[in-house]
Amino acid sequence: MTETATRVAVRSTSDPAVAVIEVAGDVTSASEGPLMAAYSDAVAAGGRAIILDFADLAYMNSGGIGLLVTLLVRVQRHGQRLLAVGLNEHYRQIFSLTRLDEAISIHDSIADAVAASGEGAHR
Amino acid sequence: MTEPGAPVRTDRDAAWSGPVDRLALGDVPSTAINLNVEGRRLVGPVQGFGRLWQKRYRVRLDGSTATPVEVVAAWKREFASFWPSGNRFYGPITGIAPGEVALLNLSLGARQTLSTGVMVIFADDEAFTFMTPEGHMFAAWITFSSFLEDGVPIAQIEILLRANDPLFEVSLWLFGHRQENAFWLATLTNLGRRFGSPAVPTVSQVCVDRRRQWRNARNIRHNAAIRTGIYTATHPWVLLRRPDSA
Repeated sequence: MTETATRVAVRSTSDPAVAVIEVAGDVTSASEGPLMAAYSDAVAAGGRAIILDFADLAYMNSGGIGLLVTLLVRVQRHGQRLLAVGLNEHYRQIFSLTRLDEAISIHDSIADAVAASGEGAHR
Repeated sequence: MTEPGAPVRTDRDAAWSGPVDRLALGDVPSTAINLNVEGRRLVGPVQGFGRLWQKRYRVRLDGSTATPVEVVAAWKREFASFWPSGNRFYGPITGIAPGEVALLNLSLGARQTLSTGVMVIFADDEAFTFMTPEGHMFAAWITFSSFLEDGVPIAQIEILLRANDPLFEVSLWLFGHRQENAFWLATLTNLGRRFGSPAVPTVSQVCVDRRRQWRNARNIRHNAAIRTGIYTATHPWVLLRRPDSA
C-alpha cells in the first residue's frame, strides 16, 4: 500500500469571510495535526465559513472521515459552516454512505460553495 | 466492466462499502432475535442525539511477533469469539468485508437481550470500521485496527459515538459508559490472549462535543431496547431458546 502524507494549505476567496483549506494526499487519523493547524490558521482571520477543497485528495480512510467529524464540531463551536468541494464521485458516495453530507454540504466549485456559505447566515 | 460515469475505484478505494440506503440482512439462525436491522438507515455522529465521545481502547500484544496485518486478519476471521460471553455477533459467513451487515444480540443482564446490528463500512488489511443503524444505543463509527509501537503490535478499538436518543443518553450517563468500557476491555483481553499476551488493555475517553443535538431527540422512536423489550414481553418463549454458537 502506497501512502502519501497529508498536505494542507490555507487560502482566501473572493469573500473575505470565507477561507479555503486545500487538502491533498492521504487523509487518515494521522492527518489530525496538519488539518487542525490549517483550521487554526483559517479561523484566525475570522469569517463565517470554511471550505475544504479535496481536488487533490489521493485517499481517505475511515480515520480520515472521523477526523472530519471532530473538525466539524470545532467549526460549529465557532458558529461557522463547513463545506466541501473537489470530491470525486467515489468520495461523494462515501460522504453519503456515512451521512456526513448532511452536515458538510458538497459543491461543484469554490464559487458555488462561497455563494452557498452565505445562504441562511442571517436566519 | 465499469459503467460510463461510474467512479473509478483503486485498490485502496475498494476498502469502502458501496452506497447503501437501507440495510438488508442475510440469513441468521432461527434462535436469534432478529429486530431493528432490516430496512434501517445507518447513523453516525451527525445523526445522533447525545454528547460526542471519542473512546480509545488499546492492548499491547507483548511477546507476539504478529504483524498488524496478521492481527487484523485474525480479528476479522474470529471476531465473534473475542466478545464477552452472553453477547452474540451473527456475521455473514463471507466474513467481515465492506458492505456486510451483522445482527447483534447483546446481553443487558437479567436475561434481557437487545437486538441491533452493524454494517461494515470500511475494511482493509490494517483496519475495519462498523457503522450503527437507527435504534442502536449509539450513532457511531467503531474502528478496529492494529499497528506497531516500539516494535510491539498494538490492537486498538476507536469509537466516535453519540447516544442515539435521550433515553440512551441517560443510560450512558448512569451505567452505559461503564458497561461499554467493560465490554471492549474484555474483548481486547480475549484478543490479547489469542496472541499469547497477558497485557491489560487500557481505555481513554474524551468528550469532543458537550452539546446535545435536540433536533435528533425523535430518534427515540427507533429505540432498539424499547422495541426488543416489547418483543420479548409479547414473545417470552424466545428467551428460552438456546442460542447458537456465534
